[in-house]
Amino acid sequence: MTDIKFVRDAMVEEQEPPAATAGFVGWIRGNLFSSTLNAILTILSGGFILFVISALLPWIISPTWNAGSLRECHEILAGHEGACWGVIRERWLQLLFGFYPSELYWRVVLDFVLLIVAVAPVLFTGLPRKMLAFSAIYPFLMPWLLWGGTVWLPIAVAFGFVLGFLAHRFAKPIIGGLGGAILAFLVPVVWWLFLAGPVSGGLASVLPLALETVESRNFGGFMLSITIGVVAIAISLPIGIVLALGRQSDLLIVRSLSVGFIEFIRGVPLITLLFVASTLLNIFMPPGTDFDIIMRVIIMVTLFASAYMAEVIRGGLAALPKGQYEAADALGLNFWMSQRLIIMPQALKISIPGIVSTFIGVFKDTTLVSIIGLLDPIGLSTTIRADQNWNGIVWELYGFIGLLFFIFCFSMSRYSMFLERKLQTGHR
Amino acid sequence: MTSLTDPPKESFRLGMLIYDTRYRSLTIQVVALIGFMIFAAWLINNTLVNLAVQGKSIGFGFLSDPAGYDINQRLLDYNSQSTHWRAAFVGLLNTLLVAFLGCITATVIGVLVGILRLSNNWLVARLMTIYVEMFRNVPVLLWIVFTMAILIETLPAPRAFRGENPEASMVLFDSVAFTNRGVYLPEALFSRGLGDMPIFPDRDSPACQPTEDGSVEDGCGVFQISLDLILILAVFGAGLYGSSVIRKRADRIQNQTGDRPTTWYLRLGVVSIPTLIVLAALGFHLGYPALKGFNFQGGTYLRNSLIALWLALSLYTAAFIAEIVRAGILAISKGQTEAASALGLRSNRIMSLVILPQALRVIIPPLISNYLNLTKNSSLAIAVGYMDITGTLGGITMNQTGRELECVLLLMLVYLAISLTISAVMNWYNESVKLVER
Amino acid sequence: MKKTVFVGALAVAGLSAGIAAADTLADVQARGKLNCGVATGVPGFAYTDANGDWQGFDVAVCRAVAAAVLSDPTAVEFVPTTGKTRFTALASGEIDMLARNTTWTFSRDVDLKFDFIGINYYDGQGFMVSKELGVSSAKELDGATVCIQTGTTTELNLADFFRINNLSYEPVPIETNAEAQQQYLAGACDVYTTDASGLAATRASFEDAANHVILPEIISKEPLGPLVRHGDNEWGDVVRWTLNALIAAEELGVTSANVAELASAAGNNPEINRLLGTEGTLGEMLGLDADWAVKALSVSGNYGEVFEKNIGETTPIGLARGLNAQWTSGGLLYSPPFR
Repeated sequence: MTDIKFVRDAMVEEQEPPAATAGFVGWIRGNLFSSTLNAILTILSGGFILFVISALLPWIISPTWNAGSLRECHEILAGHEGACWGVIRERWLQLLFGFYPSELYWRVVLDFVLLIVAVAPVLFTGLPRKMLAFSAIYPFLMPWLLWGGTVWLPIAVAFGFVLGFLAHRFAKPIIGGLGGAILAFLVPVVWWLFLAGPVSGGLASVLPLALETVESRNFGGFMLSITIGVVAIAISLPIGIVLALGRQSDLLIVRSLSVGFIEFIRGVPLITLLFVASTLLNIFMPPGTDFDIIMRVIIMVTLFASAYMAEVIRGGLAALPKGQYEAADALGLNFWMSQRLIIMPQALKISIPGIVSTFIGVFKDTTLVSIIGLLDPIGLSTTIRADQNWNGIVWELYGFIGLLFFIFCFSMSRYSMFLERKLQTGHR
Repeated sequence: MTSLTDPPKESFRLGMLIYDTRYRSLTIQVVALIGFMIFAAWLINNTLVNLAVQGKSIGFGFLSDPAGYDINQRLLDYNSQSTHWRAAFVGLLNTLLVAFLGCITATVIGVLVGILRLSNNWLVARLMTIYVEMFRNVPVLLWIVFTMAILIETLPAPRAFRGENPEASMVLFDSVAFTNRGVYLPEALFSRGLGDMPIFPDRDSPACQPTEDGSVEDGCGVFQISLDLILILAVFGAGLYGSSVIRKRADRIQNQTGDRPTTWYLRLGVVSIPTLIVLAALGFHLGYPALKGFNFQGGTYLRNSLIALWLALSLYTAAFIAEIVRAGILAISKGQTEAASALGLRSNRIMSLVILPQALRVIIPPLISNYLNLTKNSSLAIAVGYMDITGTLGGITMNQTGRELECVLLLMLVYLAISLTISAVMNWYNESVKLVER
Repeated sequence: MKKTVFVGALAVAGLSAGIAAADTLADVQARGKLNCGVATGVPGFAYTDANGDWQGFDVAVCRAVAAAVLSDPTAVEFVPTTGKTRFTALASGEIDMLARNTTWTFSRDVDLKFDFIGINYYDGQGFMVSKELGVSSAKELDGATVCIQTGTTTELNLADFFRINNLSYEPVPIETNAEAQQQYLAGACDVYTTDASGLAATRASFEDAANHVILPEIISKEPLGPLVRHGDNEWGDVVRWTLNALIAAEELGVTSANVAELASAAGNNPEINRLLGTEGTLGEMLGLDADWAVKALSVSGNYGEVFEKNIGETTPIGLARGLNAQWTSGGLLYSPPFR
């Protein structure tokens, strides 16, 4: 018997992978030149990238930051191709804030910083829930900071909600749920329509706490885009929820009204709605009403956003398993309680990515207001080019505006993707 | 005894309208309807009062007046003496034209980019990602004006083609001119053409009196159809039908015998030979654009406004379509790819035969809404001076007549009709390709 | 949802007190501000300077009216309007008057229910071409590509002109002056057409102004003037006679330099005395102070001074008085007497 062993007692030394499949070379072979077609595509796109960079870089790196007019730029560049960045240096504040008084810029900046603080607890679940209290205050704070005026007006408006809540709370035991609900609706409306104005006026004369008023026609630039976008989305959320519920409802008339509204708004371009804002809305209002143009635009954009929001929320409602509805019914909850406690918290959570993309869409669409003569960034670019100093400037302005829009929208869309991934793991 | 088991007769009380679920829904609906009607009546009343204060009346009679302005791109006969109706219709055709062209190119680019984004070529995939993100995150209006600016600033003016040593020259054997006013292409001409057929001609109008060669003037009829085009399309269509008959026959033979007869030359012949014969009989030749006076004359003229709008809308929408296509492909389970490659299919055949047909079902519904978006975004034509229906009816007509209510109302109805038609057609298509589950 | 409060807040904030009642003068005085519609940006006529202040020929009319009515030339809210929005803004009461190079036409006056209260600039539509085209008359423009600014009477005049002369052309409609200029300079159109004053202003801004000519043909009459809503004649009178005061002051030799002195005591020219309120009760008849015209003239002087400062030959716009000279110097400006 020979002592033959068929089992190895030592591991074979790990071999280096073939040079062609590992390391840098391997990566290149695998990812760039894996086949003839791929090689051709790689070379083509590499050439394209080089071409774009070689054309753009010398243009972008241009020592014209301090030029005061296009003519000066031409002198500095002395015949070379190059951008004229002086226009951005001179006008970037205008592109951001429009004609908002420059000593009050801090109010706009503060407003948008606070906006982030207010939205953060909704968007990032890791933050303390107590921050939601600020989110509730913010809607009253924001218009006050932007438009100025007496502090008592937003407080009086907010007080309407408190009144509504109190009416609901104390009337319900006395006159029953339905009466309580009706009262909770009627009391604030009466307050806003007839009392809020005089009361805030009276308080303002007693204790004049006010910020300097800024007319909305001074709004412009990115600040205008963001204001229109944020306000429209914020108001369209509750309207969208109602419309989405209406569309899902079994009640024929309610459903047809909701469907009619949603499909009508989604079927026409935003620009026609803006035509309505610029030429017709005042005709639809009682004689003597005079909303200024920005207010009218906000109203129409809100209607526009509501229809899209309704579809997003309908998607969220549809994504909920039917068991949730049945479980709520089985617990004996009525429609509103089941919506409030079971359905909406889940549906809204699923809808957040959709809401964010609706916001991105609305934000981008606010550029359309330049067509009806508002001075959003694109409208301002025309005004700037009407200035004799900057007559003939094109790329620098479009580039700057495009870049800012890209930064806003790209970061939001990344957030929405992050959220989508997070929600996916949580729900399936 | 039966009276004991009878339930107590329920008398109707007013409170039941609210507390009884049988009646409550009815109550809510009635309240909603009444509320809606009050709201609508309020709006209409306000409008009437306001219009009365301004001394305006509502009426569409002004649309039959002469428009008074010219439109550069017209697919129908139109001049400044035509009515506002006709101007609106010319604009509508322009809207449909750019929407149609845009949808096709956007789909082609979008599908291509969507597939390339999933390519295993790192560089290409990254490049496509950059393209998609760049276009999706910048407003379409900015892209439209930007494209227009590129066309105007980088292409040569027609005067650059002039002189002994012109700065610019035509390309493709002097047949195509790229200028900053637009692209001039060769046009199809027929030396023995059949002429045009007027539709709904008014026999008494002077334009419809036959001239010496038997044809009628441009202004005859509501619009005119080229008989040449109809004939060519008819012959070509017949050729395609013949080709499909041959293909079906080949399929049948293949199913029976396993051998597929070679038919490509037959099919090519059936499609091309009759068409070529008709073209020759009509005296087909190309008309080349040539610089005469201020502009190039002759040839087909694609205006910059159309190109800019078309290009910007397609590129913008294609970025969204690419994402939809990518998501659609990723939604197909990996097993399908693996099964297909186990069958020995090459990767491009896997894509076209296995993945895309399945992904299509996921892709089509969002695709429809993107077509709708493109059509609605075409209303931004006004920013580059493309005379679509927003530019005619909602632009110059509205400015000149001051009839905002009527014009905006008509404009909305037209867009609504287009949107509903597109959704209806695409939904019908969607139904027809839907997986029939068994 | 807490956010519904926005609706309330916005509605309250947006409902301004401006009720478009018939008595505009009382409204303006109660508000303490004049809402004046101007163009979004026409060099020389209405534009914002680097500080964001409105300047220009049309703007000066607004300021003069504000000074006459409210004794404060800065008490004006300027509302930029486009060709599309200007008439609705006026009709809806958003603005009290429109001073935005608007052509006085029959249909605007009668059908759209506005009152043109006078003419502050006589204009006409012209053509600008590049010199190298060698065109010397608009009749030679057969087949040309023409850039037009939309939203005005321009495209109608143009269609008529080419139709009457049996010429063909390719219209390129463009929304704003800046874009039209860009296309014209890039050679995307051969001809740029708009009001002759606008052409002159545009041409003045070119680096190579000498290479562009304005053709001699003026193809339309464009009497530009401020307008108010139909039916409020008291307010119309205030605006009309403020404009007339500017024109008459030039004829009578009242300037921003000597108006204070002339107004200090009655002089020996009774018409100047009546104009400046040192004699008679013209101001009272209008419902204004006696020295309303003095305030209007103190802002930037009489018509001639306003013209010279904003669009005259010493400015980059460089417009000659031409038709806009006083009738005594061969122009069309002719103010009815202050009597």
